[in-house]
Amino acid sequence: MSTRGDKGIIRIIVVAVVLALLLAWAEGDLAFIGIGPWDAYFVRILNLAAINAVLALSLNLVNGFTGQFSLGHAGFMAVGAYTTSLLVMTPQMKKTVFFMEPMFEPLDRICIPFLPALLIGGAVSCVFGVLVGIPALRLKGDYLAIATLGFAEIIRLVLQNVRRLTNGALGLKGIPHVVNLWWTFGVGIAVFLFFRGFVRSSFGRALIAIRENETAAELMGIDIFRHKLLAFAISSFVTGVGGGLMASLLTTIDPVMFKLPTTFQILLTVVLGGMGSLSGSVIAAFIVTFMTEFLRVVEEPIHLGVWSIQGIPGLRMVIFSALLVIVVVFYPRGLLGNKELTWENLSSPVSRLFRRRVAS
Amino acid sequence: MSLLDIRHMTMKFGGLVAVDDFSLELNPGELVGLIGPNGAGKTTVFNCITGVYKPTSGQVVFNGRDITGMRPDLITRLGIARTFQNIRLFGSMTVLENVMVPLHWRLRSTFLEAACNTLRYPAEEREMRKKAMALLESVGLAPFADYLASSLPYGSQRRLEIARALSAQPEVLLLDEPAAGMNPRETQDLMEFIRKVRKDFHLTVLLIEHQMRVVMGICERIVVLDHGATIAHGSPEKISRDPKVIEAYLGVERHA
Repeated sequence: MSTRGDKGIIRIIVVAVVLALLLAWAEGDLAFIGIGPWDAYFVRILNLAAINAVLALSLNLVNGFTGQFSLGHAGFMAVGAYTTSLLVMTPQMKKTVFFMEPMFEPLDRICIPFLPALLIGGAVSCVFGVLVGIPALRLKGDYLAIATLGFAEIIRLVLQNVRRLTNGALGLKGIPHVVNLWWTFGVGIAVFLFFRGFVRSSFGRALIAIRENETAAELMGIDIFRHKLLAFAISSFVTGVGGGLMASLLTTIDPVMFKLPTTFQILLTVVLGGMGSLSGSVIAAFIVTFMTEFLRVVEEPIHLGVWSIQGIPGLRMVIFSALLVIVVVFYPRGLLGNKELTWENLSSPVSRLFRRRVAS
Repeated sequence: MSLLDIRHMTMKFGGLVAVDDFSLELNPGELVGLIGPNGAGKTTVFNCITGVYKPTSGQVVFNGRDITGMRPDLITRLGIARTFQNIRLFGSMTVLENVMVPLHWRLRSTFLEAACNTLRYPAEEREMRKKAMALLESVGLAPFADYLASSLPYGSQRRLEIARALSAQPEVLLLDEPAAGMNPRETQDLMEFIRKVRKDFHLTVLLIEHQMRVVMGICERIVVLDHGATIAHGSPEKISRDPKVIEAYLGVERHA
């Protein structure tokens, strides 16, 4: 037992060191020994992928583990993104951006560091999550989906119309670009580890029990409403943080970014990875993000000798839909189902192969 | 004093009277059978006791406390646990985890302690695991602790349902047709199991069954329901001779 534990710790340290070196290399922190940084475009996609992983994890906690079908994530993302942005933007930048109508006092003079702003963004999003969750989580299934969808639209419309707070449809520009791979991967790994601990604990068992059979869970003494609300609150906090990271990465946000397709993109990631699989969500987030970027090729004009086909905007999404259909047909439970990718099931096919060799 | 006292309970669904003026007192340590043909309202009685339904009228008093219409999870915490006619295990969880779920509400750690596995949580988790394992051992399911609940054979799933209810540490155990779908041999084993569990855990048991023969052997008292109404109440011998019961089960003899 102790040797297994030691082995585990060594493995964690090795992975952490390798990952840290890779990140340092990619970010150009190792430039003093003459390597890195990586291609800026590639690094940006990595950042996006990590943020998408954070968003997918948070949606999976509610939709995958607790079995409550929520479609309100874009709304919570928006709350987090706007809160964080408004807190980190410099007063001068605010003055420039809010040229139509001046900003509320004293928010126009506030400017705080990124980390507290990110956490406050998460906290405000969490408050919204609880406020939305209290009425909405009394509903089940499709009704919950419709209700959360409605609340997300309300949040977006409010953002679009409270111009002295959010600059309305013009959105925010000049958000300081603070995030780098250390931020996105740091938050991503922290969220992953926290969620892993959470779903493996007694609380996770309670959530899964609710998913499996709500009546039975309630009759085993579990306060279903409180646990659903807890999952919803944690999820909206993390979504808010994801939104904050996204805002800082893109440096520009506007209300249109937080429409339903944003939620669907996250949902697609979760379904692709497997509802109820944390590692599945992370893997799927990377697959989806990289594909979204690399499939841009299909939307560009294609020249085949004398023939030239004009690019079709949106063709990426067609390919995505086809991909989703294929996954749903062949892997109805996603790439990993509700299993997790562990060292054991990673190494077992390899070791089995090895053993077979030895046997033969 | 009776442990569970159901007073004039009536449950209506629109125009349908599912349970009509049902009264029953359960004394500590008793094993009472609730029988009747299909659709007689037996499960509705359970649902009203456990808070799944709020009875239209009447009272449910447990340990001197009125629990009518209380939330189901709170009723379970007071000490009434049940099983389900159609098995409702947490299929994607292991046998051990299924038995650990009813221990969750007693947890004192916050979710932050649990997620980070620090402070009070590790000891509590160990304690829960130990308790659940001990319970599985006492019901003979310990060898299957790490199996998925959904992978167990039917009879073991029924047993696990009972084990999970026991894990809530109830005073009163409500069993809803535990022998449904079993052959006579398995039924006999199960009844033996229920008798043993009741003794080991000092339980008061209310047992639903629609096969009369099954409950005759182990119940001290039997209540017979038909179309929501109590048509007979008494010792197994008395019940088996009661003309109304025979009529409910076999129909009326008509002489042309």
